[in-house]
Amino acid sequence: MSTEGEQRTIRCLVAKVGLDGHDRGAHVIARAFRDAGFEVIYSGLHKSPDEIVQAAVQEDVDVLGISILSGAHDTLVPKIIDGLKEYDAFEDTLVLVGGIVPDDDREELYELGVAEIFGPGSSMQDTIDFVRENAPER
Amino acid sequence: MTAEETLIDDLLAGKHRALARVITKIENRSPGYRELVSQLHEHTGSAEVVGITGSPGAGKSTLVDKMAATYRERGETVGVIAIDPSSPFTGGAVLGDRIRMASNVGDMDVFFRSMSARGSLGGLSTATTDAVKALDAFGKDRIIVETVGAGQNEIEIVKTADTVAVLVPPGSGDDVQMLKAGILEIADIFVVNKADMDGADRTVKELREMIHMQDAGPMAGHHGADAIESSDDTEDDDTGWEPQIVETVAKTGEGVEEFLETLEKHAVWLEETGELEEQARQRYGAEIRTLLREDTADLIETELEARGGLDEYIDAVLARETDPYTVADEVLAPLAECVERQRDR
Repeated sequence: MSTEGEQRTIRCLVAKVGLDGHDRGAHVIARAFRDAGFEVIYSGLHKSPDEIVQAAVQEDVDVLGISILSGAHDTLVPKIIDGLKEYDAFEDTLVLVGGIVPDDDREELYELGVAEIFGPGSSMQDTIDFVRENAPER
Repeated sequence: MTAEETLIDDLLAGKHRALARVITKIENRSPGYRELVSQLHEHTGSAEVVGITGSPGAGKSTLVDKMAATYRERGETVGVIAIDPSSPFTGGAVLGDRIRMASNVGDMDVFFRSMSARGSLGGLSTATTDAVKALDAFGKDRIIVETVGAGQNEIEIVKTADTVAVLVPPGSGDDVQMLKAGILEIADIFVVNKADMDGADRTVKELREMIHMQDAGPMAGHHGADAIESSDDTEDDDTGWEPQIVETVAKTGEGVEEFLETLEKHAVWLEETGELEEQARQRYGAEIRTLLREDTADLIETELEARGGLDEYIDAVLARETDPYTVADEVLAPLAECVERQRDR
């Protein structure tokens, strides 16, 4: 169907933030999301929280996946979430974190509003399923 | 107030989130998006729209980045729509043009939006036109539409622009071949990007020759052989616009100013010759036709469903009891009759 037929596609921003050059995981995820039929916007390396917020707002993504392997999640993630709130974009964006997050830090991130954390060994299919099930209704 | 009205109000008030959401609705063809775009229309018409196309790797995104930065220095606001292909199998896409927008990070007055070519051919040009309207109504001074130039689809898209620039990387005969196949006709400006590379001079020369061949051809109208003599003039006579060639190195920003000046010249030319209005007329004509075509297709689809789908017809055609033309006539006849009756009233 054409004009009236709705064509909903899940849009994701895969973001690398801060001084962290490890982008293999982000690339793998971007590719897997693409093959799952999602539209993936990749941020590129070394982005500041502001840039991530700008991209998430303008691209109106359903899902923001933040990849951090530098250990700076406890400073960078709050900044991003605050930025999203500033533009009224937090409520209907599914925020995910991927990378190395010590168990002790997880609770804090969940409290901030991170929906799920995917550490090493996470299954790609589980991640995709999680996105499909939890992508915000708009 | 309905959700749609709130969204429109927020967009007109300059809320980025509302603009982003409106474009999403346009892309998704969400219920109610038509009303949204209808309401936006009266607020449009003030932005200058530039279309940028060219083969992958020609440097479009990098050039767009530098253009946006220069516009911003002048205090103008910018909207960018970057279109990337999507997989015909899964519909998925990786939209990577944003990475090149390094000069405008953190500047919310550059509104950059990635779009993917979702499925249907005609659909994308409709969505692009509508997204441009949203940016225009939002109050962007400049709008850039960027797309990979590879065929009819892209040509349709860049037609939404007032001025079309085609990027040509140097030293590749193949690209010039591609240009011959049709992109030449849509280019108002050729940008030989990566002009610091070997072969740039040759590419410029080849392009120049091509433009003149076009001029001397049977379609050239009032351009005659003498147009070749005055090849370096901006406008050779009363109304014609000869495609200009500009050399840039987008990476360093070299030549970008000159490119923008040429865009400006074209804008002035459009205004002075009345071509701008003519283009707008053609554009709206095409838009109405596209919408009508899509809507009638829907109508027919509904009619088919009411008749229980295509399967029976297909069986009959397979059994050689009837043929596709007869089926089409049969399905369409009542519709045509109905339209005729209404018209006579």
